[in-house]
Amino acid sequence: MDLSTNYMGLPLKHPVVASASPLSESLHGIRRLEDGGVAAIVLFSLFEEQIRHENEAFSHLMASGSESFAEALSYFPAAADYRAGPESYLDLIRRAVEAVDIPVIASLNCVSDEGWIDYARQIEQAGAHGLELNIYGIETDPAISGGEIEQHYVDILTTVKSTVRIPVALKLSPFFSAMGHMARRLEQAGADALVLFNRFYQPDVDIERLEVLPSLELSSPGEIRLPLLWIALLHGKIAPSLGATTGVAGAGEVIKYLLAGADAVMTTSALLRHGPSYAAVLVKGIEHWMDAHGFASLALLKGGMSHGRIANASAYERANYIKVLEAFQVPPV
Amino acid sequence: MHPTTETTLEGNEAVADVAYRINEVCAIYPITPSSTMAELADQWAAEGRPNIWGNVPLVMEMQSEGGAAGAVHGALQTGALTTTFTAAQGLLLMIPNMYKIAGELTPAVFHVAARSLAAQGLSIFGDHSDVAAVRPTGFAQIASASVQEAHDMALLAQAASLESRIPFVHFFDGFRTSHEVNKLKLIADEDIRAMIDPARVREHRARALNPDHPFIRGTAQNPDVYFQGRETVNPFYARLPEIVQTQFDKFAALTGRQYRLFDYFGDPQAERVAVILGSGALTLRETVAFLGRQGEKVGVVQVRLALPFSVPDFVAALPASVRAVAVLDRLKLPGATGEPLYTDVVNALAEHGSAPRVIGGRYGLSSKEFTPAMAKAVLDELGKPQPKNHFTIGIRDDVSHTSLDYDERFEIEPDDVVRALFFGLGADGTVGANKNSIKIIGESTPLHAQGYFVYDSKKSGSRTVSHVRFGPRPIESPYLIRSAGFIGCHQFNFVEKIDVLEHARRGAVFLLNSPYGPDEVWDRLPRPVQERIIEQNIAFYVIDASKVAAESGMGGRTNTVMQTCFFAISGVLPREEAIERIKDSIRKSYGKKGEDVVKKNFAAVDHTLAHLYRVEVPARSSSRLEMPPAVPPEAPDFVQRVTAVMMAGAGDALPVSALPVDGTYPSGTTRWEKRNISDTVPAWEPDLCIQCGNCGFVCPHSVIRSKFYPDSRLADAPAGFKSAPINARGFPETRYTLQIYVEDCTGCGLCVEVCPARSPREAGLKAINMRSKAPLLEQERASIRFFEQLPVNDRSRVDFSSVRGAQFLEPLFEFSGACAGCGETPYVRLLSQLFGDRLLIANATGCSSIYGGNLPTTPWTTNSEGRGPAWSNSLFEDNAEFGLGFRLSADKHLALARQRLEELRPRLPAGLVDEILNAPQLTESEIRRQRQRVAALKSALQGIDGEAARDLLSVADQLVRRSIWLVGGDGWAYDIGSAGLDHVLASGRDVNVLVLDTEVYSNTGGQMSKSTPLGAVAKFAAAGKPVAKKDVALQAIAYGNVYVARIAMGANPQQALLALREAEAYPGPSLVLAYSHCIAHGIDMRQGLKQQDLATASGHWPLLRYNPALRQADRNPFVLDSPRPRIKLKDYAMNELRYQMLARAHPAQSEHLMALAQQVVDQKWETYEEMASRSGAHFHPDAGLKTQ
Repeated sequence: MDLSTNYMGLPLKHPVVASASPLSESLHGIRRLEDGGVAAIVLFSLFEEQIRHENEAFSHLMASGSESFAEALSYFPAAADYRAGPESYLDLIRRAVEAVDIPVIASLNCVSDEGWIDYARQIEQAGAHGLELNIYGIETDPAISGGEIEQHYVDILTTVKSTVRIPVALKLSPFFSAMGHMARRLEQAGADALVLFNRFYQPDVDIERLEVLPSLELSSPGEIRLPLLWIALLHGKIAPSLGATTGVAGAGEVIKYLLAGADAVMTTSALLRHGPSYAAVLVKGIEHWMDAHGFASLALLKGGMSHGRIANASAYERANYIKVLEAFQVPPV
Repeated sequence: MHPTTETTLEGNEAVADVAYRINEVCAIYPITPSSTMAELADQWAAEGRPNIWGNVPLVMEMQSEGGAAGAVHGALQTGALTTTFTAAQGLLLMIPNMYKIAGELTPAVFHVAARSLAAQGLSIFGDHSDVAAVRPTGFAQIASASVQEAHDMALLAQAASLESRIPFVHFFDGFRTSHEVNKLKLIADEDIRAMIDPARVREHRARALNPDHPFIRGTAQNPDVYFQGRETVNPFYARLPEIVQTQFDKFAALTGRQYRLFDYFGDPQAERVAVILGSGALTLRETVAFLGRQGEKVGVVQVRLALPFSVPDFVAALPASVRAVAVLDRLKLPGATGEPLYTDVVNALAEHGSAPRVIGGRYGLSSKEFTPAMAKAVLDELGKPQPKNHFTIGIRDDVSHTSLDYDERFEIEPDDVVRALFFGLGADGTVGANKNSIKIIGESTPLHAQGYFVYDSKKSGSRTVSHVRFGPRPIESPYLIRSAGFIGCHQFNFVEKIDVLEHARRGAVFLLNSPYGPDEVWDRLPRPVQERIIEQNIAFYVIDASKVAAESGMGGRTNTVMQTCFFAISGVLPREEAIERIKDSIRKSYGKKGEDVVKKNFAAVDHTLAHLYRVEVPARSSSRLEMPPAVPPEAPDFVQRVTAVMMAGAGDALPVSALPVDGTYPSGTTRWEKRNISDTVPAWEPDLCIQCGNCGFVCPHSVIRSKFYPDSRLADAPAGFKSAPINARGFPETRYTLQIYVEDCTGCGLCVEVCPARSPREAGLKAINMRSKAPLLEQERASIRFFEQLPVNDRSRVDFSSVRGAQFLEPLFEFSGACAGCGETPYVRLLSQLFGDRLLIANATGCSSIYGGNLPTTPWTTNSEGRGPAWSNSLFEDNAEFGLGFRLSADKHLALARQRLEELRPRLPAGLVDEILNAPQLTESEIRRQRQRVAALKSALQGIDGEAARDLLSVADQLVRRSIWLVGGDGWAYDIGSAGLDHVLASGRDVNVLVLDTEVYSNTGGQMSKSTPLGAVAKFAAAGKPVAKKDVALQAIAYGNVYVARIAMGANPQQALLALREAEAYPGPSLVLAYSHCIAHGIDMRQGLKQQDLATASGHWPLLRYNPALRQADRNPFVLDSPRPRIKLKDYAMNELRYQMLARAHPAQSEHLMALAQQVVDQKWETYEEMASRSGAHFHPDAGLKTQ
């Protein structure tokens, strides 16, 4: 059975990809993911802001208390060649690329143009097979318009694409008012893949301690609807590969995404819940389903239920919403 | 001549640079002010920097200077070129080996940043007491006066030592030279090679112990030959002066810098000549040159080879015209006929038959200033018909009348030298910025630069004063600036506290960092400051540096802003050039950190120029603000006369008569010094508070106090005084107040972190919260005044066994100068609360002796009865023995008192003697009853005549049980004092040891100790410590009769309290190891207690108690007080810079060491668990506790 697919120009032996997560924070974890059976690994994200923050904290603590008291003008050995940038991340890329046979895709989040350019270049030089731009953030400034945010995404992509030759994917926020148009603009800016969608930390409130809890729970199958919708809508209409992420609990969700038109399906939650070897379970599940449904290759099934391919395309449109509401019965009290 | 590089270095680096390049082995031990030399050597070795022999020297930190000297001796005896760096007591600990090294004619150089010796008090500052103490060892002594000379003499001493086989002490003035930054010419490697003859090195190796051609060295000799053996070395010493001069001449040919054994400066026909060595020689040289230009016939002999003292060379250096000679020594030999240089000169002239009048005097002890005015006074004295001999200069001696008067206004500094003074906080980066300015100007312009930095005696909120000179010629003025053309005040509130313009010369530029703009600032200045600005015609500039820094994205870092201002208005360089150079420097410093950091700094520079304003100075002062007195009028007489003067920075003016004759100072003086160093302070919310006492328990500065009292007392309370009903049963109509001493608070925030009570209505509000101090200040002052009138709670009504109860015990250790958020002081304060009125403390040198005993004000205080901790510091290495001495004395005098009681029984009230002799004294109420009995006894004794009664009276206080504590850090307990501590623990005597374990040498700046954990970075363990920390607890447990506890207040305050009380109650030796988070861990100190908790949670610091009393009851004496590790070691460790540094510098090494460290934690835990589950029979029995 042919499960091979192509994601952002990278041939994959099957569509199950490990998305950015703590599992890829060490070489040991990366090896476990490969052994577990994923077809590619998106490394955990490198955050420019975090590096800056850590550097500032590092410099602050290094200087803290120094030049204050005659007997102790410093408290640490003089800083020799301390890693002040993304060296350990780059080092992990280098080691991962050597250690595993599957594509290694770096993930990057920056806050400055210099950061995007500089880090993307270094990631490419370290040997990553691809780069996912994890443009992560919630714009809280009421003075910033949607148009400006869209332009910001396009600018970042354009900047990075002009810097590196490796394929570049963009992990998207679900909050664009015209997702199709946005996808088109990103296509024009050179995106090799779009990943739908980023999940944002949505804090909770502790009502006893009156504290905001910055928690993030693992995704649940119910969350696949939104990315599923947009993958189905975009499939076949834009050139970049489509990566699906969020809500994969078992093979069922993977198959749904593939039917909608995803080129690759990413998961973290399932691998965290069940361990990296669950990737093989997912692949096996796809095979069983394809076998049972008479699909010999992934290409045949991919996009089979996409917007452009199904007879009742309105199922993916607004009418769908009305129908669902109409059918909804208020449960008896 | 090889091309030379000019650079700016501090003296220590200038010396270490040469010593490192020549030697193969370096064994050291950290001691101020020499530590930097060893640290640099270690750093260079870690970086793989080779010496001139093409290999990387071995640098070894030892457990003491005695150990370092032993290792040096061994390395020398086996043929390695070996050196060490030390000072003061450290040099003294090397003395036995120095005799051996010299007696065996072994070439070596000990580089000494010369420092005072602890006598009536310790001093870290510079004089020649230490080097004088090693004069008899057989080491030659060569002295340097400046950074350049120290660099050069480091080489010359080594060359002469190898040529002569005589070991050398090369010394230079601690701090004044060791810490001065100055421009110098570096000696090229080629020139070092030209000076160090490889043949001599090979001869040194050939003399080494070697089993391939063995001999014996180090024999024991008898009366028949020892004497003659001592005399065999004479020819070597006789040749030495010539050898040294030959090396000087050779060096001059290589570098152009010519030195002589005795360098004469001044009029060739001088009649009055001073003789001096060390940095003071430069002051005299400058003064002599100045006076010479005015026609005075004066000169100075600068001594370079101080020992052996070459009579012919000295006499030859003196002009024949000399009629009077003044010899200046920077030390005191009480009772001697004179100090060493003086007696050498007298002897030399006597032996030579010359007859100029010679007087000797002392100057500059403990870095006391030696200025041109003082130098002139000495030269003037020589012109008097009866000059004063054995004089002192620089102080006012109104007791023995030794001092010479001098005219403080005498100035000789030339106008073309820019002289700038900067007042800053340690935390604001002022010193760092000035060092950077010196580098910029010294290394990229032809100008010369000099910097010297004066630090505070406190570790928190410390002030710094930078003395910076720039000029067209080498700057050889080793004294503080008395007449500055530029004054930078980097903290606005300084102008309200200290006279920052005292040394502003007429027409000076004054730059003030001020939140008030050019139109407003004038009215905010105190009247004396306004008057000084007008009188001295000062050009006054302001900048709101905090605002500019914040707007430039620099956060609170104002140093770049203030530095830019200095360059813009000081005139040291043309403005445009100056700004360009600052930007170059920023690019160099921050380039690696990324373009945005550079950009922010550039923005700060540009914003600075746009926000720097000159203030229009009115013709008249208008302010009604006055400088407040240093202490309030109710302070005691001594504090008014002496302490307040020191606090005001005018201690130099105190006459000899003002000071105690034997180093005895009154307790409890910090209470008079309201330092107001924090703008934010805790504020109490009585309605939310659950009165748990946690905040006061952890407060490092004893600024949180609790009392309960009848609510009727509130009738007199000032408005706004906070209280709440006490929430304990059995206390009707009783109020509770938590009072914050806001003026003494350092703003560390530990109290807020530890507070468990939160508002159910307002997010983030706790029962104690940090608030801006200014709006609270007046209210809190009134509240504190009232609070202090409330009676201290009766100790017998307080529950000692709980944290909640302990808050009502009065701290007798308060407002110390320890770092904000210090992890040690809460334990120390707790000791004072629990046992303070009968507490004797022997305190090892270290942080705790500095925050505990550094003048001007000290924190150990007394209760309302006048009782309180009696505290002393002997040395670093001997504290256990010192404290044991307290015990022996107490035991002896207790026995004497009991004996006299028996003898006087017939004359004393019936029953009293037996009651006293048999009194139990464990609980507070029992102790109180015994105090009452002793008071009755003393009263009865007043009426009894006779020697026995007087004798008993003198020791009667001993009948109340004394609590003897030996306190110190891990440097003491694990390293230098380890053997002594071991011996004392093994003595079985009732002493209690509190080890404030920061796992590193904190006081001297973060050097590795044997307590430093595996995988942590420290100085001398830059690649991470590869060995696990010593388990001192298990070592002590092995004795069987030692009470041992490991505590961490942040992990379990209740256990900490219990352990200290058990230790004290146990009538044998006790050892309590207290985890003390520290600034040297590289943490946000506000999270210190959390880190303590994580240290325990990870198993790095398991809490335990070993109580031999349980063993005697056949129970398991070993109790584990913390649960199984619940987090991985790295989850605790990686919050700290000491571990993070390695992960950043050497990730693989870090990973490796952390894995090993985790194994150690796991294995250690298994061991402890096994011990905790044994039966009592499986522990060593002991013979009981009847040791007294």
